[in-house]
Amino acid sequence: MASKADIAEGATTDKSRGGGVAKGRVLLRGVTKCFGAVDVIKGVDLEIAPGELTVFVGPSGCGKSTLLRLVSGLELPTGGSIIIGDRDVTLVHPSERGIAMVFQSYALYPHMSVAENMGFGLKIAGLPKPLIKEKVAKAAEILQLTPLLDRKPRALSGGQRQRVAIGRCIVREPEVFLFDEPLSNLDAALRGQMRVEIARLHAKLGATMIYVTHDQVEAMTLATRIVVLNAGRIEQIGAPIELYRHPANLFVAGFIGSPAMNFMDGIVEAVETDGVSVRLNGATLRLPRHDAAVKPGAKVTVGIRPEHFRVGPTPTDMDHDQAVEFDAIIDLVERLGGETLAHLRMPSLSDGVLVVKISGDVPLRIGTGLRVGVRLAQCHLFDADGRAVGEPAARAVVAA
Amino acid sequence: MSLISAPRRDVAWIGRFSALLRYAVLIGVGLLMLYPLFWMVAASFKPNHEIFGSAGLWPQEPTMDGVVKGWRTGTEYSFATYLLNSFAFIMPKVLLTVVSSVLVAYGFARFRMPGKQLWFALMVATILLPKSVLLIPQYLMFREFGWLDTYLPLYVPCAFATDGFFVFMVVQFLRGIPPDMEEAAVIDGCNSLQVLWHVVVPVIMPAIISVALFQFMWSLNDFLYPLIYLSSVGKYPVALALKMAIDVTEATAWNQVLAMSTIALLPSLIVFFLAQKYFVEGITSGSVKG
Ligand SMILES: Nc1ncnc2c1ncn2[C@@H]1O[C@H](COP(=O)(O)OP(=O)(O)OP(=O)(O)O)[C@@H](O)[C@H]1O
Ligand SMILES: [Mg+2]
Repeated sequence: MASKADIAEGATTDKSRGGGVAKGRVLLRGVTKCFGAVDVIKGVDLEIAPGELTVFVGPSGCGKSTLLRLVSGLELPTGGSIIIGDRDVTLVHPSERGIAMVFQSYALYPHMSVAENMGFGLKIAGLPKPLIKEKVAKAAEILQLTPLLDRKPRALSGGQRQRVAIGRCIVREPEVFLFDEPLSNLDAALRGQMRVEIARLHAKLGATMIYVTHDQVEAMTLATRIVVLNAGRIEQIGAPIELYRHPANLFVAGFIGSPAMNFMDGIVEAVETDGVSVRLNGATLRLPRHDAAVKPGAKVTVGIRPEHFRVGPTPTDMDHDQAVEFDAIIDLVERLGGETLAHLRMPSLSDGVLVVKISGDVPLRIGTGLRVGVRLAQCHLFDADGRAVGEPAARAVVAA
Repeated sequence: MSLISAPRRDVAWIGRFSALLRYAVLIGVGLLMLYPLFWMVAASFKPNHEIFGSAGLWPQEPTMDGVVKGWRTGTEYSFATYLLNSFAFIMPKVLLTVVSSVLVAYGFARFRMPGKQLWFALMVATILLPKSVLLIPQYLMFREFGWLDTYLPLYVPCAFATDGFFVFMVVQFLRGIPPDMEEAAVIDGCNSLQVLWHVVVPVIMPAIISVALFQFMWSLNDFLYPLIYLSSVGKYPVALALKMAIDVTEATAWNQVLAMSTIALLPSLIVFFLAQKYFVEGITSGSVKG
């Protein structure tokens, strides 16, 4: 690891890079960014522990890329500070921050061979040729690029190009890897494969990684922690399963999970110590909640995930779970093979169409009726401001 | 054609006929436009009296007379001197133009600076300015510098990206290239000039070659500026030498003039064909998703 210091030449290099406790830690303190009059990042505080793979998700234009570019140093923040390891790098040149970045477009140098692409950073840093060659060979082996080292990028497939882009990062031995939607240019099959490779790489290198994506599956499978961004603010930070089970607000509830959670408008009828009764379109649901902070008469939103309905006379491992059955009319059926998405009209719950995920072998015909059970313990409840009220009770059941 | 099945043969026939017609027209018009050029080349090998005697292309009494005498020229210098003179200022001119245009274009395309829009608009406006407007002030200025009868006035201005057209051309080219590669280079530790040299220049090579080529050809053909600034015959470039051959004697030896014109064309042609493959093939392919 002695070469690490060689890579980052320049005045700002200090002893702390050798490997303090905080190596690979990323800390954002009150970071803001304006482009002219437009506030794109509106105050972000975030700590990323060493070795974590943190995923930024959020709708298009919410500032994910901008936040990543602030960490990389390609953009400078309007306010706040950025700390990587033990150093405040807010104003440090990108090459001296100990980061490396994979771009969505790969951004390979078209006129250089794969080996030259990967070794370019080291060449600029003035490392001797044999050392560069050795490091490139090592990285190429990790990524199975060895037979391709002499090719030009144009002679590579999309997946290979992306691996070269990752190789270019590995060679620099950064403290923090930054990925901006690295897989979004690949087709579905390759994306799945590369996702596994990135997960493996993360396990192998143990480096801190920040990963921007808007792919649910990538976020859920890769992340140690997910940061949900919306309009330049952090909505919630947490482990993937935590965000899935306990979304802190309507936005996160609607964003995490695919297909998205169903929302139904309702009014609180009664509040007891162990439950809240909510009047929906035609029916009243009594959701188990402890000491819920809502008042009778308040407007609320009930959320239930498509996979938390119960259809048909399922033999039931969940009978201890309170479920209420309602009549539904089938509006549309989307068969995915293993499972089916049924779009149902359930007038007693909502005016709109609710999406329900059902196992693939249940016969369904458009226009026919159906009995659908709602598992009360898995319903989410949000107050008028969109904040979650209490938590769904049945944690263990969700995981099953 | 074998892909077209039998019932469609009539359609194929019509298609072939229309293609034939199209090519015939194109070739005809092409020949018409190139005829003066062919005529010039052919006339180089005709004796002087034959040139205006017949409109035919092919020399009836082929002779190298025009070429040999034309090369010797009516002056104390051979045509080689004039060719070398041309290169003596065109080479630095092309080099300076390329370097300065790329630097300035890179600045316009990639950097934030106050009043950028205005500067860019002004630069484009200079393209529209008639060259002759500047002749007299420039002449006076270079006279003060003591640069008259040297090549300096011909190429030194190019060091300051005075050819707005080239800057504009490179800027447009750069705008079409995603900046990701340059950002990757910044992360790899390059400063702006290193980014320019290691990444931008190789990527915009087709544009750079176009700039060099245009500047080369235009400068070789340029008549006015050498005429204004050069006074000793020994420093004349090709364009002036040709002109000189026309008016030194009463009866111009047109076959010599045309022979030398043909030779004067060669450098441009050679350079053009050498550079041709760079026009055909862009080299960005493969760096980004494509
Ligand atoms: N250089 C810039 N100048 C002005 N506005 C910018 C600039 N870069 C980004 N923005 C704006 O900042 C906002 C956030 O952009 P950003 O690229 O971070 O979004 P994103 O979350 O990455 O979206 P996507 O998922 O589409 O990539 C957008 O509204 C965008 O228009
Ligand atoms: Mg983005």
